[in-house]
Amino acid sequence: MNGPARTMLRTLSLDKTFTLHLRNGLRIPVLRNVALAVQAGECVALTGPSGAGKSTLLRALYGNYRADAGHIWVRHDDRMTDIAAAPPRTVVQVRAATLGYVSQFLRVVPRVAALDIVAEAARGPDPATARARAEALLLRLNIPRRLHALPPATFSGGEQQRVNLARGFIGGHPVLLLDEPTASLDAANRDIVIAMIREAKTRSVAIVGIFHDTTVRDAVADRSYEVTPLQEAA
Amino acid sequence: MSEDTLLSARGLGLRFGAVPALVDVDAELWPGEVLAVVGESGSGKTTLLNVLSGRLRPQAGVVWYRDPEGRLHDVHAMPLPALRALHRSDWGFVHQNPRENLRMGVSAGGNVGERLMAQGARHYGRIREEAIAWLRQVEIDADRVDDLPRSFSGGMLQRLQIARTLVTHPRLVFMDEPTGGLDVSVQARLLDLVRSLVARLGIAAVLVTHDLAVARLLAHRIVVMQRGRVVEAGLTDQVLDDPQHEYTQLLVSSVLQA
Repeated sequence: MNGPARTMLRTLSLDKTFTLHLRNGLRIPVLRNVALAVQAGECVALTGPSGAGKSTLLRALYGNYRADAGHIWVRHDDRMTDIAAAPPRTVVQVRAATLGYVSQFLRVVPRVAALDIVAEAARGPDPATARARAEALLLRLNIPRRLHALPPATFSGGEQQRVNLARGFIGGHPVLLLDEPTASLDAANRDIVIAMIREAKTRSVAIVGIFHDTTVRDAVADRSYEVTPLQEAA
Repeated sequence: MSEDTLLSARGLGLRFGAVPALVDVDAELWPGEVLAVVGESGSGKTTLLNVLSGRLRPQAGVVWYRDPEGRLHDVHAMPLPALRALHRSDWGFVHQNPRENLRMGVSAGGNVGERLMAQGARHYGRIREEAIAWLRQVEIDADRVDDLPRSFSGGMLQRLQIARTLVTHPRLVFMDEPTGGLDVSVQARLLDLVRSLVARLGIAAVLVTHDLAVARLLAHRIVVMQRGRVVEAGLTDQVLDDPQHEYTQLLVSSVLQA
């Protein structure tokens, strides 16, 4: 589906400064005047040196870090909702229906089976369908069936990341934020993730990601957004 | 989603002698939402829970509850029988110590069925059926239905208390450190149980905990209390990952990483 460009995510004058009260109120400005727009079906890679604030920006886009100033509009229920200003309850709704996020590390309730973790993130379908989809996705990501009933705490880093990816992709959110989705993966699994990202784009999903692996970035990103380090101010 | 709050509190104040337990506290809860109240011992979080649930009268402020028909009730101005009826039907309370809620001389099934009978259920067979169904939901074997709770482990007692609380399908549950007295190995299972039941039944909950990890896993929103004041409130992961207030930054940075 390639209709006219449809903005799914847009920021304007976005600022973020961390204030460390336990360090005498030390202020660390990280983002200033970020203006980013992402269309449906487009993948934008955040680039810039380590420490420039790429992860901070991605977390701000999810509402995980609080924006100090500016706007973060997300197309939710076909309206642009400013999650930088919205009440927490609205952000919860936007995340449930529209905005997905794949973090670098899996954080889940201990002792819950991998399959249940993924199935629970499926939106809408009945439990049996959700489990079937979760199983298919885990198998596609080379998590063998014998691991599905186990909690991922004992899995390798790469396996945990793939469970995390399955959980992030199963919901089919229209906007997806990816933080280093292939960091712990071997080449074969990396290619599977590339294919999944490309498929999401053909389904008109808007994607913002951090991809240190240039092979992945070149394979999925339509363009880059450079995050530049700010001068540290006291 | 309804725009009406289920519970809303304005300007709550309460002092115990010279000690401020609640200072100008506001709180709101929407249907189906889990709100965590965190802070150290003595921060006022349990006092807030007791005031919100009508168990303790504030010296200032008001707590409104909206019933299923949309009528607002001033919780502390309700006649006592009406408040008791609310606690028997629309509301549930999960104590840190399950013995406060359970009747230790009554069978497990009786503990669950009693809440149904208090609501007017009279058909013994159906009550027993429902009690067994709930024991299963909280992962207690059906063949323990006639056993007395005193033969249960701490984790089982807590699960029995949860079955007793949820059997009447409350819209709102107050939880005071529900995983507090349990072994770590039992905590995870209980957390998962509470999380899935609350999500599946669409129950709103106010959860008091000193454990930030519990708050992160269960709550949509969080309120941080210090010396009776709400110092920070917001989206759970935002408050924990990007705390703005000095006290919240101290709390978050003081947690040991396992």
